[in-house]
Amino acid sequence: MAEVKLLTEFYHLPEYQTLAGYKAKGGYETLVKALKMQPQAIIDEVKASGLRGRGGAGFPTGMKWGFLPKNNEPRFLLCNADEGEPGTFKDRMMMERAPHQLIEGMIISAFAIGSNKGYIYVRGEYVYPIECLKKALKEAYDAGLLGKNILGSGFDFDLDVYRGAGAYICGEETGMISSLEGLKGQPKLKPPFPAVQGYLRKPTIVNNVETLAAVTYIVRDGAQAYRKNGTEKSAGTKLFSLSGNVMKPGNYEVPLGYPLMDLIMKEGGGMKPGRRLKAVIPGGSSAPVLTAEEVAKANLDYESLAGLGSMLGSGAVIVMDDSQCMVDMLGVLTHFYAHESCGQCTPCREGTGWLDKILHSILEGRGRLQDIDLLIKIADNMKGKTICALSDAAALPVLSFVTKFRDEFEFYVREGRSKVKGTTYAEMHH
Amino acid sequence: MFKLSEQGLAEVKKELSRYEARDSAIIPSLYVAQKENNGFITPEIIRYLSQVMDIPESRINEVFKFYTMFNQQPVGKYHVQVCTNISCALEGGRELAHHICHELGVKYGDVTADGRFTVSKVECLGSCGTAPMMQVNDTYYENLTPETAMNLLRGMK
Repeated sequence: MAEVKLLTEFYHLPEYQTLAGYKAKGGYETLVKALKMQPQAIIDEVKASGLRGRGGAGFPTGMKWGFLPKNNEPRFLLCNADEGEPGTFKDRMMMERAPHQLIEGMIISAFAIGSNKGYIYVRGEYVYPIECLKKALKEAYDAGLLGKNILGSGFDFDLDVYRGAGAYICGEETGMISSLEGLKGQPKLKPPFPAVQGYLRKPTIVNNVETLAAVTYIVRDGAQAYRKNGTEKSAGTKLFSLSGNVMKPGNYEVPLGYPLMDLIMKEGGGMKPGRRLKAVIPGGSSAPVLTAEEVAKANLDYESLAGLGSMLGSGAVIVMDDSQCMVDMLGVLTHFYAHESCGQCTPCREGTGWLDKILHSILEGRGRLQDIDLLIKIADNMKGKTICALSDAAALPVLSFVTKFRDEFEFYVREGRSKVKGTTYAEMHH
Repeated sequence: MFKLSEQGLAEVKKELSRYEARDSAIIPSLYVAQKENNGFITPEIIRYLSQVMDIPESRINEVFKFYTMFNQQPVGKYHVQVCTNISCALEGGRELAHHICHELGVKYGDVTADGRFTVSKVECLGSCGTAPMMQVNDTYYENLTPETAMNLLRGMK
């Protein structure tokens, strides 16, 4: 097996960024086809394709669309481009290289669900991707692909870009909706789910960049053709962002079910000279870490990774070699989650803060052996007790790092220095 | 007293009618104001925006304080943001941040004596496959070494 470039086939062409370049490769031909279909037929096709949300949760897209009320109430289509899960950089590439691919996917999706207004919510730091999208939107409007009566079909759809302002939590769909409404980006309690009451309390569908882009290919080739890649429950291809201690980091599109080790060793060019694989976080920083032995058994699909107690998440594969200290790396993550907790729910606000304080007291040589179990106890108390998944996302790395690499944590507490590096935190980081 | 330029004011007015809800204009307007005030927002600016936008000061303030891209303190002409999250940390992001501070003779968050630079450590910027990296104002610089980063910064006048 190797890469299968369904979405990324023409990403190497600079002109693919433009309307002319995109159309030269068949761009917007699927939109023409879709506008002649019954909207329900498109929804059925997406359902049959087995497409699951590519942002992280992996929820079946067609089923999500199916939660919309069956009436004429106005509804919104929001694209979640607040890519912030550490290790993930695929949506950025998609918006830079192929902004029209996202726009086409959104028009088709909007037509299917009966929405006349959409937004692409992009994280604030992505200034260049926003520029690419704005240029593409203007081209699309000028060509009659957006706005009133698209290509004479009688279907209207307006699409705009909204720039976030720096908050990981806005990647959570209800946090994103709050942010778009001009509020603090705090998640909302579900139910009601956005499909019933979302943006401005109107029915709203929130889908990831890659999910919306994939819709075009499902409509173009049909659900059965889309299913030729991937596994029964994890259909299609997916972009994986490979980073960390590998020779060739980057985004790679492979069929779901692809062996994780192959992604690292073949596409990623393997480990650096003289280094051995130690651990991999397979689905963005919120996913439990896998040991090298587990990596050898893992396939990149939802079920295989769940079976190993981890998750596919956003598809961010973060590789760590044997020079890395797991206590040090977990400190990076606890700091991140403490910084990004929105402060709304007590278990998360307090829990992320304490995890980080305890971890850093260990790192700075003030740890006690009982602190290791205290970390586990706090993390256990944070799971499933909050409005959104950030609390769980902060707890899972702690539980997996501490459980799977406990000897490193115990050594650090006893000796006041890293077992792997041999040095103290101050020596490691000046 | 702070006032937006004519163009800035026009942008804020445009944003106010751009979305279904007027409050959605708060983030875009804070960007406009921050740009016109050399990269940071003051309580005075919040009061001014409240009057111009006819939105309560407290509403604008809570949005302002929630998002990390709005600066509450002055920053240098070049705001150097070095990612120190996991993928960058694995490839030397923290060492890069430290090196830049050391070379510029400044602590995180402070402005250099000549007013040119502020250095911050930031969370993941989605540049994980090209680590380590830094964002200077709106531009990403990737696949850096301490030397290439300093060469780039020394060229920014």
